[in-house]
Amino acid sequence: MPRVRLSRSRRNSELALLLMAMALVMAYSATVEANLFDTVTADFWVPTALLTALFLGLHLVIRFLAPYADPVLVPAVALLNGLGVAFLRRIDLAKADPEERPDFPIFAGIGGTQLTWTLIAIVLAAGLLFIIRDHRSVSRYAYTLGLAGIVLVMIPAVLPRAYSEINGAKLWILIGGFSIQPGEFAKLALLVFFAYYLVRKREVLSLASRRFLGIDFPRGRDLGPVLVVWVISVLVLIFEKDLGTSLLYFGMFVVTLYVATERVSWLIIGLVLFFGGAFLAYFLGGAFPNSPFANFYVRAEIWLNPFEDPYEKGYQLVQGLLGLGTGGLFGTGPGGGQPLKVPEVQNDFIFAGIGEEIGLFGLSALLVIYLLIVERGLRAAIAVRDSFGKLLAGGLAFTLGLQVFVIVGGISGLIPLTGQTTPFLSAGGSSLMANWLLIAFLLRVSDAARRPVTGVSPRPDNRPAGVPEQLHGAPTEVIRP
Amino acid sequence: MNAPLRRVGVVVMILFGLLFANLNWVQGYKADEYRTSDYNGRVQVAEYDRKRGNIEVGGTAVAVSKETSGNLKFLRTYPKGDAYAHVLGYQPVNLAAVGIERSENDFLAGNSDQLFGDRVKDLFTGEQTAGGNVLLSLSRTAQERAFTELANNRAGASKGAAVAIDPKTGAIQALVSMPSFDPNPLTSHSSKEAEAAYQKLEADKNGPLKNRALAETLPPGSTFKVVVAAAALENGYTKDGMIPAGPSYRAPTAGTDIRNAVPSICPESQVTLINALTESCNTGFAQIGVNLGAAKIKEKAREFGFEQENLTCGRLDEGGLPVAASRTGAMQNPDGSEDKAALAQSSIGQNNVRMTPLEGAMIAGAVANGGTQMRPYLVQKLLGPDRTTTHYTAVPRQLRESVSGQVASDLREMMTSVVQNGTGRNARISGYTVGGKTGTAESGAQVDEHGWFIGFVMKGNEPISAVAVMLESTGDGGSAEAARIAAQIMRAVIQDRGGK
Repeated sequence: MPRVRLSRSRRNSELALLLMAMALVMAYSATVEANLFDTVTADFWVPTALLTALFLGLHLVIRFLAPYADPVLVPAVALLNGLGVAFLRRIDLAKADPEERPDFPIFAGIGGTQLTWTLIAIVLAAGLLFIIRDHRSVSRYAYTLGLAGIVLVMIPAVLPRAYSEINGAKLWILIGGFSIQPGEFAKLALLVFFAYYLVRKREVLSLASRRFLGIDFPRGRDLGPVLVVWVISVLVLIFEKDLGTSLLYFGMFVVTLYVATERVSWLIIGLVLFFGGAFLAYFLGGAFPNSPFANFYVRAEIWLNPFEDPYEKGYQLVQGLLGLGTGGLFGTGPGGGQPLKVPEVQNDFIFAGIGEEIGLFGLSALLVIYLLIVERGLRAAIAVRDSFGKLLAGGLAFTLGLQVFVIVGGISGLIPLTGQTTPFLSAGGSSLMANWLLIAFLLRVSDAARRPVTGVSPRPDNRPAGVPEQLHGAPTEVIRP
Repeated sequence: MNAPLRRVGVVVMILFGLLFANLNWVQGYKADEYRTSDYNGRVQVAEYDRKRGNIEVGGTAVAVSKETSGNLKFLRTYPKGDAYAHVLGYQPVNLAAVGIERSENDFLAGNSDQLFGDRVKDLFTGEQTAGGNVLLSLSRTAQERAFTELANNRAGASKGAAVAIDPKTGAIQALVSMPSFDPNPLTSHSSKEAEAAYQKLEADKNGPLKNRALAETLPPGSTFKVVVAAAALENGYTKDGMIPAGPSYRAPTAGTDIRNAVPSICPESQVTLINALTESCNTGFAQIGVNLGAAKIKEKAREFGFEQENLTCGRLDEGGLPVAASRTGAMQNPDGSEDKAALAQSSIGQNNVRMTPLEGAMIAGAVANGGTQMRPYLVQKLLGPDRTTTHYTAVPRQLRESVSGQVASDLREMMTSVVQNGTGRNARISGYTVGGKTGTAESGAQVDEHGWFIGFVMKGNEPISAVAVMLESTGDGGSAEAARIAAQIMRAVIQDRGGK
């Protein structure tokens, strides 16, 4: 019976892939030490072993809570996360005194912190799988989450600089020595809201229109929410000085809108609005150097000509590019480069630091891993049967891909640089937790998508799913063209 | 909703395709440009994986790389500290290199084409052999004597320079600039420490980083009279012939008188040329200059090496330490006619005449070498990493014919008279023929005069060494002290050659 074949859980494939990924991380860590010390220390395997234990734990949780989840997602993310931890530890080793290097403690430095954050993030992801047994149940909290998302985005904008600004970007909440990047979580909350809202409004948004210049334009009143999101994005750009986050939110919304309505006109309107806003910000920034647009103008100028001021404004981008160029096709080998030449190599520029050491071939492989995660997420969206799930998974997957595009495009000079984290690689707890939650959502949706339609539910408790109401059946507006 | 989801998948693929294409551009097409960019410190750091070759003087290494346990495998050290700083320069991790370290960088680092064979061998043996070794022409004794004598000079000068060259070959035997500096902290692997050391030297108002022997010019004062005397001998004057002198001389159109240093110098209306030089008679040489005209003086100075802008000291065929051009300066009125007042001043090495200490030594060297000026050089030999293969040996080259043999011989006699009977008595060395000329140069009303001495030592007809010593802002007595130091340096050269 073909259906049975399609519905195999593939958990053993996941296990095998996971072990392969961890073997790669192990080999990477060993190479780092071989290049840095000319020898491999006796305990080089400990961080990777700890990570492997964590991921195996998550694997077990998935076996019980989401047995039909996509088997590629966790190994792919584990590989990225593992390489991130190994690279951050490599940076710690390079910064440490030569004598202390071989004995550098596992939980010290940013590598150790990242290891701890990975533990927390995986516990969160497992918790999400435990609490949310059916992704549709999330839609009950859509408005709450939407409001929470907007509040989270706005907090850094309204907080005084001392509590919200790091390196010129107002993206943070800084309390004591602790910092979180609320935007990373807002991303998820807003997406749940978008998905819910659009499922309810999709018909009116897709059908009511006026044709103009061969394009179907939506009615003015339906345009309202789009404009609201656009205004929020622009406000983020202006007050948080962050084109990347702004682009991320806006792209996220326009794409879910497009998927919900299947209308290309939304994409065109979205692109015109966004690029119009960006160009306007650029010209205003150039004309008024003291305005909030100035930061964006400066970044755009650096992007256009990074070597204009290679020691001051352009320093970071220039050093990142030189690092990538020095790596060339094959890279200098893990531990063989000098990533510390690039400021913030542990955060925004981690892809440049890794790229110096693993070269174009290594980076291409990393890009393929990201692409794999995104396409697997989209596949879950295509396969899942409910509209909310489709929009949620599609939006999440696209957002992840867009974030990778924005930061990697930024550090390699394709687009203006913005302060984004590289998912699963960059140092930082907010980013790691939020992105692992994103993966947990995708796992949950893919579980629903791949679960056999007929037959007994494999869930231990046989309760009915959290949301009995069918979103498809929800009342929609009466359309008057 | 599946159709748009599939299209979103295509969009993501396109976005990643753009990233991939751009990374190909950065890491493939532009890789070489970025790797070798001046802003890229990475390649320089990679050079620390290979042991940099030695720079050696007389069989002793004065710049060596020591193995460390740090990130950078080798630390560049200078065991002799300040004494060789201006010749060797330094090879810092993140700052710009200077000196021989810079000009011979490719060979020392092992990147030179000449060492290609050694690198191919490394490919097969798997070893990282060291870079090549540079052997300098310096005399260890002379260099270190020059350094200590300048540092402990009795005129109280805090700035100065000394250069000694072999007149026959142009090999530089000593090259010191005072004050000097310790290059060791500049090569520290801690960029903070290196930067701080550099900033401190850079901020020092005595300018220890300046190479006063090669790169700074000062008025040469009476040492320039050797050039004027050469012009005179070639234009009808003889060394024993009479020239006009007197206690004071006012050139046509000049506003002030030229006087002699003390009234006892050539008060008579006429003296012989040889006596004029011996006593350093200002009025006599000013009048010779005005009689000969600016063109002849400038031409003679050029034939001694003035106005040469492209001179370097390193290997004879290429590169090396840059040498500032010495200048005779303008001696013209605004309307283009000859400014006699300026010409008179210039003829005694004042007005706009400027000279490097190296140029002073080259003038004395040309005189000692029968009129032939050799091209100065610092790199005697390049040895491969194995120390047996010689990649380069200096073959001395003639730079120019400054004066005829006869004029050179007359000048030699006149300069010897200066040391025997005149102002240069401090430079005498028993058993050897020493010639020279002192100079006391005014740089301006507020600045004390600079003391100069240029001279040579010969054994019979064999020139051994030509020396220039300059002491900045010493006032009276500077030139006598310069002559004494010059003699010390020349003695050291003789000693180093075993008295030959």
